[in-house]
Amino acid sequence: MSFKNLDQLYRSVIMDHYKTPRNKGTIENDSINIEMNNPTCGDRIHLTLQVEDGIVKDAKFDGEGCSISMASASMMTQAVKGKDVETALGLSKTFSDMMLGKEYDESEDLGDIEALQGVSQFPARIKCATLAWKAMEKGVHEQEKS
Amino acid sequence: MISKEIKSYFPILNQEINGNPLVYLDSAATSQKPVQVIEALENYYKFDNSNVHRGVHTLGNRATEKYEGAREKVQKFINASSTEEIVFLRGTTTAINLVAQSYGRANVNEGDEIVITYMEHHSNIIPWQQLAKERGAILKYIELEEDGTISLEQVQAAVTERTKIVSMVYVSNVLGTMNPVKEVARIAHDNGAVMVVDGAQAAPHLKIDVQQLDCDFFAFSGHKMVGPTGIGVLYGKKALLNEMEPVEFGGEMIDFVGLYDSTWKELPWKFEGGTPIIAGAVGLGAAIDFLNEIGLNEIEKHEHKMAAYAMEKMSGIEGLEIYGPKDPTKRAGIVTFNLNDVHPHDVATVLDMSGIAVRAGHHCAQPLMKWLKVTATARASFYVYNDESDIDRLVEGLRSAKEYFNDVF
Repeated sequence: MSFKNLDQLYRSVIMDHYKTPRNKGTIENDSINIEMNNPTCGDRIHLTLQVEDGIVKDAKFDGEGCSISMASASMMTQAVKGKDVETALGLSKTFSDMMLGKEYDESEDLGDIEALQGVSQFPARIKCATLAWKAMEKGVHEQEKS
Repeated sequence: MISKEIKSYFPILNQEINGNPLVYLDSAATSQKPVQVIEALENYYKFDNSNVHRGVHTLGNRATEKYEGAREKVQKFINASSTEEIVFLRGTTTAINLVAQSYGRANVNEGDEIVITYMEHHSNIIPWQQLAKERGAILKYIELEEDGTISLEQVQAAVTERTKIVSMVYVSNVLGTMNPVKEVARIAHDNGAVMVVDGAQAAPHLKIDVQQLDCDFFAFSGHKMVGPTGIGVLYGKKALLNEMEPVEFGGEMIDFVGLYDSTWKELPWKFEGGTPIIAGAVGLGAAIDFLNEIGLNEIEKHEHKMAAYAMEKMSGIEGLEIYGPKDPTKRAGIVTFNLNDVHPHDVATVLDMSGIAVRAGHHCAQPLMKWLKVTATARASFYVYNDESDIDRLVEGLRSAKEYFNDVF
């Protein structure tokens, strides 16, 4: 049986993030603390961010889920750390467009995140990949409101 | 007899998915439909479509006869004592909600108990949670045995004189367990409670006799038993249904309408407000004919055989864990499992690439997932159109998945 298509989904960099997740855990002095579920499949993420002067100083995640959701969470925390909030939200938009197969700003350096592009070919798995990003967006917006 | 021929009645199964012949192992979510059912729907719309119970013109009569004819088929299918006890609704969820909102609101008061189990589908949990909150009642859960079965001792311990409703799934959509609902109904009655049975996974697979079970309510859905979506049934004992108020009001369900007060039609129509699900009922009637043609006892035997074969073959895969009773005669054709470190979503995606459809997730049973101490599982479920070769394909697919993830990890 050939799994050529699968290799588009399970790129080695994704599996690396899944096996050895970056920024796993919770931040003690967090300023954003948010939990989000994917109610249809049971994936769960607990995201803590430390935002100071509009800059994401630290980001950690905890949770349970499939390789795609956990790898995406790992990559997301890595990507937003050190960025200002606006840039983080911009990245999230770019990522969402990439997942939906829309045109996105390819000049942006997405680093490891680029590896998730293949997920867009697997409609049932897009929600897995976007969970952590949705949590980050929601957390940031909730903090802005308060 | 279940033979290869049965598969040929299901046109959807004759296709390739991702370059491989489709193996459909997700019938516990919804079953596929045979041409007999598809044609019944088509013919209804082509030749007989009209609104029902408004006589006079010929089409109206034909549609009414077909709709009420379907009710008779359902009555015989579950051996209810009369068609008055058969209410057509959207599905199992709507049926359980009707019992909770009508019977429950009228009979459950502060401090009363509602007893369910850890293996319920969300549709047999949340209506009771809501009722308990509204009425100040207590929702109690019956503990499961190690192997995911229910012991009558635990039922005895949970059901008391304060219990007003006991509601239990007949066949678990996750563990495949077949529960002793007849014995549980006796315990419920001894304590003055009514017995509600969630029959969504039972009606497609075993002969149902509501009089023999002596349950007070029995709910099931058409789409899991080769019928169309959007049609389901609530069976209720006539004496209880008679006392119950409708929960939906409007056309079809009224007798006399005054400016400030109205009266209701007789059973079962008082619970069928609005234009009923006519085509759905006709399709369900055709589904019942199809299943009767094979024979429910044959179907049950086939399911046990499939479960036994699947469990035997799957247990040969190292690192594969199967949940629920180990004895295949204690379960319907549902096998829920996990493949060691591979998340069920990833398993399901790899299987899908091989043309094999399984379910992955929490199967609308989050409390049960918690009891199993897992967040998600994969589930293969079998029906009349599946045979050993489908299970062989599944096992082959699982081995490939294992290999694939061993390589990429």
